[in-house]
Amino acid sequence: MRGAVICLVAIIQREALRFVSQRGRFLAALVRPLVWLIVFAAGFRAALGLSIMPPYQTYITYEVYIVPGLCAMVLLFSGMQSSLSLVYDREMGSMRLLLTSPLPRWWLLFSKLIASTLISIVQVYAFLAIAALTGITFPAIGYVLVFPALLLGGLMLGALGLLLSSTISQLENFAGVMNFVIFPMFFLSTALYPLWKMAEASTILRDICAVNPFSHAVELVRFALYGELNAVALLWVLGAFAVFLAGSLWGYDPARGMIRRKA
Amino acid sequence: MTAGLRVQTLTHRYGKKLALDGVSFSVERGAFCALLGPNGAGKSTLFALMTRLFVPESGSISIDGISLHDNPRAALGKIGVVFQQPTLDLDLSVRRNLVYFAALHGLSGRDAGQRIDSALGRLGMAERAGEKVRALNGGHRRRMEIARALIHAPSVLLLDEPTVGLDAATRQAITGHVHDLAETSGLTVLWATHLVDEIRASDRLVIMHKGCVLADGTSAQIAGAAPLADRFLQMTAAGEVA
Repeated sequence: MRGAVICLVAIIQREALRFVSQRGRFLAALVRPLVWLIVFAAGFRAALGLSIMPPYQTYITYEVYIVPGLCAMVLLFSGMQSSLSLVYDREMGSMRLLLTSPLPRWWLLFSKLIASTLISIVQVYAFLAIAALTGITFPAIGYVLVFPALLLGGLMLGALGLLLSSTISQLENFAGVMNFVIFPMFFLSTALYPLWKMAEASTILRDICAVNPFSHAVELVRFALYGELNAVALLWVLGAFAVFLAGSLWGYDPARGMIRRKA
Repeated sequence: MTAGLRVQTLTHRYGKKLALDGVSFSVERGAFCALLGPNGAGKSTLFALMTRLFVPESGSISIDGISLHDNPRAALGKIGVVFQQPTLDLDLSVRRNLVYFAALHGLSGRDAGQRIDSALGRLGMAERAGEKVRALNGGHRRRMEIARALIHAPSVLLLDEPTVGLDAATRQAITGHVHDLAETSGLTVLWATHLVDEIRASDRLVIMHKGCVLADGTSAQIAGAAPLADRFLQMTAAGEVA
């Protein structure tokens, strides 16, 4: 047990040190949602009126609406970035080093997930701080309660990244992940528009958004930022996390997974 | 006597392609065994199986008497590995890299610190502990990886073509270091290579080709009257079984 904790702490430290040494990565993670917030949201402000809907108690501006979605966007990109680094690590061999540890493989992979999620949460809080400077604030308790929501959402998206990394054979294929995973997941979610708004355009789109686990991560974060729990979103996120984690453990299983195809 | 490393009738395929075909050999405790084979012989596949990156289709591997299949965690704890590709964080210091590795084996604090100092000292790398890995040359990086593989006091050291990309003098120095380790510390060493000049006449030698063991004995026995390089080329060209 002590060895497992030592290992977890070391993996978190390593990720943190790597993150600190890659300032460009931090800036990119911040600039992306800020561009959406400042440019995109400002442009759409007039075009998109939003009615009162939970957890909001009153009419809100579009900028306020998309902040939780942009928080989840940071988690999504971070999860995929982590997936990219896992493919890189595997090609470069350091993933092999990790997997030769005598600790259980599921624990090693889970530790990687925890570490990358914590790094992405730091980025989300930095984004929320800048959003606060632009006048978009949330109740004080929301900043505390959003932490577990971000942790769960980050773990779920990180597990998806882990699952993808076990199926991607080469670094070059990662562009496909961008096109087929990140963009559809983000745009077909409640990050940018609420479900009722989607339904106005198409009920099929609305249904896709409703079953997209990323939508539920967004809603979990949105409600948490107002000190509320969205139980349905929580169950969806937990369920998706379990499925993605099981898939990634299968993918990295030395006896069964995809990894055996690639010596 | 229990072998340091025992591989029995190991078979593995990638899809329909047979990568290892009933490979068997064992290495005595404390012996230096060279695994010699041309590219594509199956050496890297064998290493991937011995480090449990994946499991074999059939056959077994035991490390210091412990079955890798039945007790993988205990067996992995007995192995030190130096991979063909460097597996270092270039932007972290030598010590930080080693601390990370020690933690992967559940070691921390003073215990880990002493082991790291001892391993670096053995490889003549003590003064470089604070340097960033990026600042080290290829030879020092390799030494550091060997030092790292020794931190948890393994019984068996596996090195997969560890001298790839190094100049002749560095190759000779590293080969010498690892031979000394086997002689002085009782470590069982499996050294995969395709370069015959890294093998001494007294070394145990296993020659692999196309997924099979072609020869198994001491280097001097296998070479006979001819230079080992000639004998190796002759055997792999003919695919003969000694």
